Amino acid sequence: MRVTTSTRTGRIAGLSALALVALALALPAFASRAVIQDLFTILTLLTLAQLWNLLAGYGGLVSVGQQAFVGLGAYAMFAGVILMGLDPILAIPLGGLAALALSIPTAFFAFRLQGAYFAIGTWVVAEVTRLLIAQWKTLGGGTGTSLPREATSDILGVEPIRVLFGLREAAARDVLAYWLALALAVLTIAAIYALLRNRLGLALAAVRDNTEAAKSVGIDTTRIKWAVFLIAAFVTGLTGALIYVQTARISPDAAFSVTNWTAYVIFIVVIGGIGRLEGPILGVIVFYALQQALADYGAWYLLTLGLIAVVVMLFAPRGLWGLLSDRTGLHLFPVRRRLERIDLEGGK
Amino acid sequence: MIWLDTLVQGILLGGLYALFAAGLSLVFGIMRLVNLAHGDMIVFAAFAILLITQTLGLHPFLAALIAAPVMFALGWALQRFVLNRVLGKDILPPLLVTFGLSVALQNGLLQGFSADSQRLAAGPLESASVDLGLVTVGWMPLLTFATAIAVIVGLNQIFYRTALGRAFRATSDDPVTASLMGIAPKGVFALATGLAMVVVTIAALYLGMRSNFDPSIGPARLIYAFEAVIIGGLGSLWGTLAGGVIIGVAQTFGAAINPEWQILAGHLAFLVVLLLRPRGLFPRAVD
Repeated sequence: MRVTTSTRTGRIAGLSALALVALALALPAFASRAVIQDLFTILTLLTLAQLWNLLAGYGGLVSVGQQAFVGLGAYAMFAGVILMGLDPILAIPLGGLAALALSIPTAFFAFRLQGAYFAIGTWVVAEVTRLLIAQWKTLGGGTGTSLPREATSDILGVEPIRVLFGLREAAARDVLAYWLALALAVLTIAAIYALLRNRLGLALAAVRDNTEAAKSVGIDTTRIKWAVFLIAAFVTGLTGALIYVQTARISPDAAFSVTNWTAYVIFIVVIGGIGRLEGPILGVIVFYALQQALADYGAWYLLTLGLIAVVVMLFAPRGLWGLLSDRTGLHLFPVRRRLERIDLEGGK
Repeated sequence: MIWLDTLVQGILLGGLYALFAAGLSLVFGIMRLVNLAHGDMIVFAAFAILLITQTLGLHPFLAALIAAPVMFALGWALQRFVLNRVLGKDILPPLLVTFGLSVALQNGLLQGFSADSQRLAAGPLESASVDLGLVTVGWMPLLTFATAIAVIVGLNQIFYRTALGRAFRATSDDPVTASLMGIAPKGVFALATGLAMVVVTIAALYLGMRSNFDPSIGPARLIYAFEAVIIGGLGSLWGTLAGGVIIGVAQTFGAAINPEWQILAGHLAFLVVLLLRPRGLFPRAVD
């Protein structure tokens, strides 16, 4: 016998995912600029949603302050470009590092708050970060600033894309941002999937299902929560920096927006299905469809989204994917350990 | 003398924050529910009072008297039909439901009342002040602070002098044992949320008379309320008042140094208390 998480559906899903990624890579050759821009938004939201799902769905850490890491990541990238003269693409890692640096004191403070109060604690830290950044006059203070023209006109990698697809420079920049968003989303999903299948993932699942029981078999729950929180902050910071490379204009209110970077993300995860890798993927599709359908109705859109999230929590707490999975037994990303019989050679 | 004035203004501002916090503290204390829509409910109540003053031509105080029972009923129904279904060992569902409600409420108000700033007109009371010798204080801040004390005294009377309060405390301590003694925890929870919404209405009355409000300001009120509760220590209403006063004083001093630092100074005071006394200044509850 041996322990495995592999299933036939999982292998088929894996191969389909590879084909889908290949298709997505080739997409800029024939898709319009508007499609590429929409996909950029979807992919970055998907990455943020997967990270929040890792925090809340697996780590039990309901953070309402992830906008702190998006905003700080974006501002660190801007600082790298404006103050240090870096290429915007090379400044993206600064976003991750800055977010990681912020996540340490954040965890220190927020982990002191028990249970549900953790959520508001992270929110306070995000507010403090926003107010402090708004005091940074070199980066535009409260009104914000734009990436300088000389920095955006000559971004690393844009020229070959321009030549390859015969695009104008602005469109080539969108293609570059799209590819980076695709890479980030795929790597994030792959990394979380790998994480869930190794020892840390097993420990996470144990902590999620029963903290006391997990402690009793020797799992250091505090260390696991720290690890998950720091990893999520780092990648959230990278995502924030990437988003603002594409936007090229920043202000504290936009970069630290609780609606854009946390509310949307929470709704995507809740509607799609919390605690499943498939959930955010399905959630982001539903989210985008709703956005297109209700685009002309202003505040009704968020009102509807909020109420849908409430209804889903009441009647299908594991989201749309949970409903689907319960009916069909489908797991595209199997993480459940099963025992499998091995036929030994000459074993008869 | 200017510093004494700043201090007094800060203490009085703390009364408003204690009013924001009392409802949050009440709900958490009884059912361990953190209501992320608390701030938006205060703003909702302020709009309800506004609507009554406009349609019936009443003074805000009278309008609040009409709004309070309506808010009680809404709170009761919200708890009975929505929140009771998600309360349990897992903290995730109630948090996410109240977060969804918060966004829905904000955008519903935006749709109904637009993003314009509103104010409850309180007449001559708005600018009236009283000379206390060393400092001059406005009647409105004074009245707010007095109301905060009255609300806390009132809530403590309910908790420790009435059968309902006994049911509140029993359910808070142990819902299973309480239900063996003939208390229906879900009914008690509904009454508690209804009561919290009455406190929310009182907070909304003073919020609306003292400053402008619009549909987007709810989350900031939630954060002030939360900070006051944590600074004071869970389960202590007088502690919550002290927490509100600390944030109020920090904010007025921050603003006196640089107007841009007002909000920041309040948050920093909260973080300092969290650093030095993680369980707050006057902790009572063990959880």
